[in-house]
Amino acid sequence: MRSLLRGVKRLFTDDGGDATAGLDQADDGPTDTTVTDVGEPVPDGGVEAAAGPATAGDGEDSMLSRLRRSDFLGSLPFWLPPFLLMGFFVYGAIGWNLLISLTDMSGFTDPDYSNLDLQNYAQAFSDPGFINAAQNTFVLLVAFTLVCLVVGLLLAILVDQGIRFENTFRTIYLLPMSLSFVVTAQFWLWMYNFDNGMVNTLLRSVGVANPPQWIGDPQFVLTAVIIALVWQFSGYAMVVYLAALRAIPSAQFEAARVDGASTVRMYWRVIVPQLKSATISAMVVLMVFALKAFDFLYSLAGGYQPPSGSDILATKMVREAFNRGEWAYGSAIAIMLFLMALAVVAPYLTMQYRQGEL
Amino acid sequence: MSGRTADASRSITDQVTEVSLRRVGLYAVLVGLLAFYLSPIEAGLVTSLKTTAAFNETAPYVPPGLDGLTLAKWAEAFSLLQAGLVNSLILTIPATILSATLGSLAAYGLTKVDWKGQVGVYVLFIAGIFIPYQAVLVPLSEFWGQMFPLYEIGAPVWAAVPFLQEYHGHLLALIVTHTAYGVPICTLLFRSYYKDISDEIVEAARLDGASVASIYRKVILPLSVPMFAVTLIYQFTQVWNDLLFALIIIPSGSGSAAPVTLALVQLGSGVVTDFTIKMAGALVTALPTIIVYVLFGEQFAEGVAA
Repeated sequence: MRSLLRGVKRLFTDDGGDATAGLDQADDGPTDTTVTDVGEPVPDGGVEAAAGPATAGDGEDSMLSRLRRSDFLGSLPFWLPPFLLMGFFVYGAIGWNLLISLTDMSGFTDPDYSNLDLQNYAQAFSDPGFINAAQNTFVLLVAFTLVCLVVGLLLAILVDQGIRFENTFRTIYLLPMSLSFVVTAQFWLWMYNFDNGMVNTLLRSVGVANPPQWIGDPQFVLTAVIIALVWQFSGYAMVVYLAALRAIPSAQFEAARVDGASTVRMYWRVIVPQLKSATISAMVVLMVFALKAFDFLYSLAGGYQPPSGSDILATKMVREAFNRGEWAYGSAIAIMLFLMALAVVAPYLTMQYRQGEL
Repeated sequence: MSGRTADASRSITDQVTEVSLRRVGLYAVLVGLLAFYLSPIEAGLVTSLKTTAAFNETAPYVPPGLDGLTLAKWAEAFSLLQAGLVNSLILTIPATILSATLGSLAAYGLTKVDWKGQVGVYVLFIAGIFIPYQAVLVPLSEFWGQMFPLYEIGAPVWAAVPFLQEYHGHLLALIVTHTAYGVPICTLLFRSYYKDISDEIVEAARLDGASVASIYRKVILPLSVPMFAVTLIYQFTQVWNDLLFALIIIPSGSGSAAPVTLALVQLGSGVVTDFTIKMAGALVTALPTIIVYVLFGEQFAEGVAA
C-alpha cells in the first residue's frame, strides 16, 4: 500500500513545489499511525512538524494547513475499504490471472507456480481458433462501434429538432439498453429464426426468395450479431451526443443558417467537429460493451460454443477454461484480451487526466 | 432549434409549406426508427401471448386473435423462472445498495478532501470500470471454489438460520463479487457529482470545526440523494442483467442458486425450440428492469451518460 501511494505521489511531483513538499512530510509522518488509529487527526508531534515548513505564516494559515493535512487521514476510512475490496478483486485477480497464464494448469490439478513460462502465449499464436477469434473480435469491435456512433449521432440530431413527444422517442430508443444480454439474445433468436422469424418473413414479403439463415450461416452470423448489438446500444451513443449537442450554443446553429449553409453542410462543418470529445468517450465505452458481448453469444447458442463464425476472444477464453478445463491457456487469452482493452482505455484515461477531467 | 426564422425574400406560404413538409419527413423517420427499436420487443410480446396453434398460423409480428390468445405461456414461464427471480432479487438488492454506498464513500474521500494523491487513487478506481471481466474469471472461480468456498465455510450459519440453505453461500459470493466490481462505476458517478458541489459549503463546515466524517454525514450525504437514485437504478439493472459471474461462480451442479438470467438461457430450448415460452420467459426476466426503466428513465439516462 505504501509503495503504491509513493508511486501515485511521484506522478504528481512536478505539479508544484510546496504542495508536494507538504505531502511528502505528511506521508512520512502520520501515515504509519493510520493503520492503528484511523479516523480523527493524529494529535502527535508529527503533524506539527510537518505543518511547519509548508506554511511559514501566521496562525490562521497554519491552522488551516493542519486541518488540510488531517484531511488525508480523515479521508482514509472513506476510500480505503472500497479501494481494498475493489483492488483485491480487480488488480489482485488480474495479477493472479497473469501468474496462472504462465503455468500449465489444466483439468483438476492445482496450478504449479514454480515452473513458469510463456508457452500458452506461444500456443495461442499457432492456434487457428485463436487467430480466427481475434479477427472476429476486431471486426465486431470496429463495425459495432462505428455503426453505433453513426446511428447514435443520427438519432441525437433528429431528437434535437425541437420535436413533440421528445421524451417518449428518447425513452424508446434507449429502452433496449436496460435489457439483459440474455433477454435480447432471446428476442433476436426469434427475429432471426429462419422459417418464421420476423426478419425473414419481411424479406420474403418484399420478394427475397432465399433469405439467409442468419444465425446458422457463418457468413452472416457476425453481421446479425452486430445489428442486434447496435439495436441494444445505439441509444447510449444517442444520449452522449444529445448532451454534447445541447452544450453547443444555439447561436452557432443560427449563425450557420444566416451564412446560408444547408442543414447537412451545417452539421458536417459546424456541429460535428465540436462533438470530438463526446465521440471519443462514447467510442471507448462502446468498445468495452463489445468486449462484454460474451453474455449475448452464450445466450444465443445456449452454451459455450457460439454459432460458427461468431467466436470471439471473450467466448473462446471462457470455453477453454470453464468448458475444456484448459485453465492456463484460457488465462493467457484473458491477458491478451485485457491488453487489448488497456490499449484502448489507457490513452483515453491519460487524455482525460491531461484535460483535468478526472 | 430556431434555425427556421426569416428568409424575408420568400413568401410566407412557401416557407410554411417547406417547413411543414420537412416536419412530416422528420416525424416519418422518427416513427420508422421507433419501429426498428420496438419490433423485437413487439414480436416477443405478441408471440408470448399465442397458443401453439396461433403461433403456427400467424406471422410473428401479428397479434393473436381472440381464439389464439392465452396467458398460459406466461404462467408457465413464471413458474419455471420463479426460483431464479427470487435468487436474482436476493443478490441484486444487497449488491446494489452496497456498491452504491461504498461508491459514495470512496468518491467523497477522493473529492471533497484536500489531498493531492487522490487523483492517482481515483485513476485506479476508474480503470476498474474498463477491464474485460474475462481477465479475472479463472482467479474468481479459484477463489470462491477452492480458497474461500463460502457455501462450505458458512455451513454452520446455513444450518442454524431458518430459510438459509447451502446455496445461499453461492449467492453471498455473487453479492460480494458484484459489489467489488460495481464500486468503480459507482465511484465515478458520485465523484462527478461531488465535484460540482461548491467547495465553500465544505470549507465553511470545516472552519466551524466539523470533522471529515461529520461533513459527509451532515453536508454531503443529504445532497447525494438524487445521485443515489441514479446509481441505484443503474447498478440494479447491471447486476440483475448479469450472466457471466453467475455462470462462473455457481457450480453447474447447483441449479438452485441460479439467478433468473442463468435459468432463462435454457428455457424453451429442446429438440424443437418453443419460442412462445422463450419469449414469455424473456419478458418475465426483463420486467423488473423495464419497470425500473419506465419509472426512472431520466435517472437511468443520467447514469448511462456519465
